This record gives sequence, C-alpha cells and structure tokens, in this order.
Amino acid sequence: MLDLEGLHLRAAFFRAIRRFFEEQDFLEVDTPIRQPLLIPEQNIVPIRSGTHYLQSSPELYMKRLLAGGCERIFQICHCFRQGESGRLHLEEFVMLEWYRLDADYSDLMRDCEELFSFLMREVAGSVLPVRLDSGWERLTVADAFTRYCSVSAAEALETDMFDQLLVEQVEPYLGQSIPTFLYDYPLELASLARPKSGQLDVAERFELYVSGIELANGFSELTDPDLQRKRFEKEYAKMEDERGREKKMPEFFLEDLGRIEQAAGIAMGLDRLFMQLSGRKKLEDAVSFAPEDLDS
Amino acid sequence: MYSASDLRKGLKVLIDGAPYVIIEFDFSKPGKGQALYRCKLRNMITGNQLVQTYRSNDKFGKPALEERKMQFLYNQDDEYHFMDTENFDQIFITKEQLGDNVYFLQDNMELHVLLFDDKPIDVTLPIFVNLLVTVAEPWAKGDTSGTDTKPITVETGYVLNVPPFVVEGDKIQIDTRTGAYVTRVKE
Repeated sequence: MLDLEGLHLRAAFFRAIRRFFEEQDFLEVDTPIRQPLLIPEQNIVPIRSGTHYLQSSPELYMKRLLAGGCERIFQICHCFRQGESGRLHLEEFVMLEWYRLDADYSDLMRDCEELFSFLMREVAGSVLPVRLDSGWERLTVADAFTRYCSVSAAEALETDMFDQLLVEQVEPYLGQSIPTFLYDYPLELASLARPKSGQLDVAERFELYVSGIELANGFSELTDPDLQRKRFEKEYAKMEDERGREKKMPEFFLEDLGRIEQAAGIAMGLDRLFMQLSGRKKLEDAVSFAPEDLDS
Repeated sequence: MYSASDLRKGLKVLIDGAPYVIIEFDFSKPGKGQALYRCKLRNMITGNQLVQTYRSNDKFGKPALEERKMQFLYNQDDEYHFMDTENFDQIFITKEQLGDNVYFLQDNMELHVLLFDDKPIDVTLPIFVNLLVTVAEPWAKGDTSGTDTKPITVETGYVLNVPPFVVEGDKIQIDTRTGAYVTRVKE
C-alpha cells in the first residue's frame, strides 16, 4: 500500500507517461474491460465476470481501433490474470499498451528508450538501477541462450524447458547495467507476431528487461487473418482442459485484421515499471492497494 | 490433493512418499510463457533440502501429519517415552530423532509431537525452559579481561555460553528454538 508520498510519485509518473504520448500525437483510448471472448492464449487464465471475462490485455480492441483508422493509440488500464501472484505478479495489475500503424518492433524499441529517458527527466524522484545514456543492449533469444544457458533455445523448446531455463538461467543476466531488449522469439512463442522476413523460424517479438525483470512485451503485429486464424486454432488445441472456456474465434477481430497493412504494439507492466523507477523491491509496495490491504 | 496453484511458503506436501515443507516460494511466469512455481523444500524427516520448479499441471499429495499434545515420561537409554495427554497412548522417540531437544526435556514436560503416518517425526517444545546450572567457573568479581560470556553446563549435560555472573546452583532460562541463554531466574 502506498503512502501519501508514494501516491504523489505514482500520479506524477502516470501524468508524465500521458504527456509523453500526447506530445507524439498518440490518442488515448479506452476499450471494454469486460469482454465476451478473449484472444486464445494457452498460458493465461482469465477471470470470469458474469457472462464475460475481465480483460487479460486490451490488445484485441486496440487493434480493432487501428483497423478503424487510428494511427497511434495508447491506453492505461487494469488487466486481470487468474492465479498470477508473486513477488512480481498481481492478479490485477495496470498495463500500458501502445500501438503504431505502419511501424515494426524496432520502432517500439526506440519508443521504450525515449519513454524511459523522458520519465527519468520529467519525474522528480525517479531512480533506475541501470544506465540509460550508453545505448541499450539488443540480444536475440538464440544468442542469449548460447551465452547464458546450458542448452540452446531450440533444444530448450524441444524438451519443453524453454520458459524454465529462460527464468532460471537467462533472465538473471538481462538488463543488469543497461536495459536489454531480448528479441526474435521462436515462432511458436509469438502467436500474434509477424514472422521475421528472411528468417521465418522466428517472430518479430521482443521483451524489455531491466535488472533481470521483464517490463514489456512488444511485436510487429501479424496482420494476415488466415494465418492468425490458424495460430488461434493451434493455440486452442494446446489448451487441454480449458476451464469451461468456449473455443470460439474472434471473427470481428480477424475481419478487422485484414484491413491493417502493418502495425506494431507493446504492453508494459506499469506497476513493475513504477516499482523500479521508485526504487521499490516488491510489486505490492508499488500499488495503491495490494491484495492483503483489501477487506475480505 | 494440492495443485501447483496451492503452493505457498509453509505448505506441507507429499513428495516420493515423504513429507516436505515449502521453505521458500516464488511464482514466476515469463511473458506469454508457462506459470512456474519455484520452491525450496525441506524434507521433514531427514532435513534434506530440495530446490524444484513445478508447473501448472503438477499435483501433490497431502502428507498424513498430525500434531498431538504429549507429556515426556522418561528415557531408557536412547529411547525417550512420551504419553498422549488425551488418550494416554504411549510412544517413544529415539535420541537421534530428538537431536538437541533432548537437552531441554524435563520430566512431565508437555510438548507437541508431530506424527507422519502415525510415526513421530518432530517435537515442538515450550519456547522457554528453566534448567539448573551444574558446572560453572566461579565469578571473579572485577574481572575485566574483556570476555562477555563463559561456557557452563546445565543439569541435562547441555553446554552453553552465559554471562560471567551465572554461577553453579543458579537456574537459568534457555530459549529452546535457539538453545541460547535468556536470563537468570529466581525460584
């Protein structure tokens, strides 16, 4: 739970984020938090809300706004994921998402660099455990596994050890003196991202790490509706028990996707970012109310 | 059965037929990836520690653990006999299993015994016990040699460091969790 000083700092930080995007002609949008159908993602368990679900991310509706003609949009909203609670996870958390039409993931990496510099400059009292002035590290997933892990990324994938090895052997080394962009993920780990031209086994997806902590996930959007449909089918097939969720296709979304030529979007965990920028160590110390502060 | 999402610090689970307690726990989940439940566990019988990462689909049995209030009766060589204060059942626990706890047992002391599959695996003593000092160097008043403590022996044979003013025949209070001296007691 934040004290008065913490609340002021968090508010200053939110104001600065909005100013950063407004100065670049981004449109602030808001989309439904309760959604009848979510994008199928094998590893995210949604929280039910009556006949709907609470959003696990706003991406579905933000992409539909892109299809509707928005060129640059951002949103700060609460997202919900069941069972995710730990030192760096809360079931309810605040997400910042932004999307750019006619852009790819490298544009988003540049946005991240500029956003961080802006926040450090504009928000009095902000601190970061890394240097921002000397260029950020860009490391492919394949190289990161070669450098830090006992097995290759391909081998880790084959043995279903990718996530565990990433967390235990790779992440601790990322973003330690300067922020790291871990990029070019294996295609099967990027259901909504575009394959990299000239290297079709990886997708144009990246994650941003600061001090070993993952802060954002961005990618060049896959805009081929047929391919996206196949990816969703594959994702549904992997979701075995599926906890009573209907395996329906988001048809409006797929239809809209066909109207987007090229776009890129990114989701950043704002509670985590604020935790780091305010020098806090636990996520629950960076939010206005942590789960244990709630009456029950 | 427990599932991975039930895991948390302090939970006791059955692994390969043995009871384990989770002593460190961290949930992690790389972006878009699987939930990982990272645990450090301690075998409640052997004390051995284990570091293990579990996934959403992992399931765990509940160990058949029961805590019962018992009274220490007597020891015969290395067998320490206890009686259940409710049903008067008697059991014994070996000296080896008791470890340092043997030094703090007193006749008729009430304590809690943890049973796994009806076999005793641990005892929880009262936090403080009072024991008689049987061997101690006399206190040399005005000793300014700079040593803050001296070793003494109590009635159970336990040796510990105490302030220099403690002498033979004193009763002292000991914290059974740490085995450390607390205070001198007057009775």
